[in-house]
Amino acid sequence: MFIINCPYCGERDQSEFSCGGEAHIVRPKQPTELSDDEWAEYLFMRKNIKGVQFERWNHAHGCRKWFNMARDTSNDKIHAVYKMGEKPPVI
Amino acid sequence: MKNKYSIFSLIKNAFSQHENWKQAWGNPEPKKEYEAVIVGGGGHGLATAYYLAKKHNMKNIAVLEKGWIGGGNTGRNTTIIRSNYLWDASAGLYDHALKIWENLSQELNYNIMFSQRGVMNLAHNLQDVRDLKRRTHANRLNGIDAIWLDTKQVKEFCPIINISQDIRYPVLGGTLQKRAGTARHDAVAWGYARGADAMGVDIIQNCEVKGIKRNGDQVEGLETTKGYIKTKKIGVVAAGHSSVIANMAGLKLPLESKPLQALVSEPVKPIIDTVVMSNAVHAYVSQSDKGELVIGAGTDAYISYTQRGSHDVVEGTLKAILELYPIFSRMKMLRQWGGIVDICPDASPIISKTNIKGLYFNCGWGTGGFKATPGSGDLFAHTIANDEPHKLNAAFNLNRFVSGDLVDEHGAAAVAH
Repeated sequence: MFIINCPYCGERDQSEFSCGGEAHIVRPKQPTELSDDEWAEYLFMRKNIKGVQFERWNHAHGCRKWFNMARDTSNDKIHAVYKMGEKPPVI
Repeated sequence: MKNKYSIFSLIKNAFSQHENWKQAWGNPEPKKEYEAVIVGGGGHGLATAYYLAKKHNMKNIAVLEKGWIGGGNTGRNTTIIRSNYLWDASAGLYDHALKIWENLSQELNYNIMFSQRGVMNLAHNLQDVRDLKRRTHANRLNGIDAIWLDTKQVKEFCPIINISQDIRYPVLGGTLQKRAGTARHDAVAWGYARGADAMGVDIIQNCEVKGIKRNGDQVEGLETTKGYIKTKKIGVVAAGHSSVIANMAGLKLPLESKPLQALVSEPVKPIIDTVVMSNAVHAYVSQSDKGELVIGAGTDAYISYTQRGSHDVVEGTLKAILELYPIFSRMKMLRQWGGIVDICPDASPIISKTNIKGLYFNCGWGTGGFKATPGSGDLFAHTIANDEPHKLNAAFNLNRFVSGDLVDEHGAAAVAH
């Protein structure tokens, strides 16, 4: 449980948000050319990092906008919040 | 077994004020090399070592545990054991475990307090009723005991349930597996540890794995906080930390690690003599032998390794508990904790070889691994010893995420994952 600083609404309780998982997984540009291994990689394989990871969040019970976050999964400390489309910060 | 527990050993030790009991397992320093090394000293890991030694004659093996044995999810779950899964592959896997549970105390000469008090799964809407009836039929076709109870029969089986049809999630019926129940979770780890130790397995606690050494696509050994250990076979049973170990070998797994919470109440006199699980509202309750209500809550919906979990998840579960059991409204909760569970996209486990020779993974048990402990250990030992899966865990390979042949228990199992 923690407080998230929504880039649009400010600080709100984490329970207002829903997590969209690992960020910056790029949808394949040419899905028909993909092998089964590449599909598995895109659909299922995850870094599941213990440490700082980049992830997508949605302010589901607020402005309903998506944004990105860099959060340390070993202690739930949030290092950065940045908007969709922006490059991940160097941490 | 050297120190067999019996009524006679109990009487004998009573005369010396129980001060001369032998240690149940040793505390060895790691050797330089082992035939196989199991990473993770929880129930599944210790069971794997036990069956490797017992059934596959691999005695020169070690179990590495970063903390103390049984201190992870083995000591953090709600101890529910059942096998009423929908799909054939899952039914085979979990019922294999349940059959071992039934004789495990005798086999280990260690009382694991296995109690077949029955597990009831409630239906709260029409879809639940259809799904649970379907599952009852599927279970029976697989030789697993299952019966459907209507609302009145649910009340007869567990009289404290509120069956008013005016509540938010009314009880429309439920399924019952009578062979299901609970066991003492710590005792399972301790019993397997004692059994494995007696056959020569080294159980090494406070030893964290820091790296996996490979020569091409073959594993060669492990870097640990107690030095380098050479081995050709590594079986990883690290639950929530499976991805961390996989990353050391340059492997990615289809897992997400999330906190799953449980809590216990103050102890009271016997009030609920079964296990009741409720899919739609995500609340499970049973009563421990000490008298505490043991309550299982849901997972947090984000990756975290913090072993805590959010308050709103507990609040949601307790709301449901109070609606179903108004009698508990003034009970105090004593302790709350979280364990880190590794969840697969199809909510089924992975017991599998990998594309690295000598590296095996037993993971992805998600929110329901405890029930499978003996079966999981048995099948993982088979997989490691023969470098081939047993027919019961063949479907639970890592390759299913490439082939698409998933074992989709998501929501199809007795509980919403």
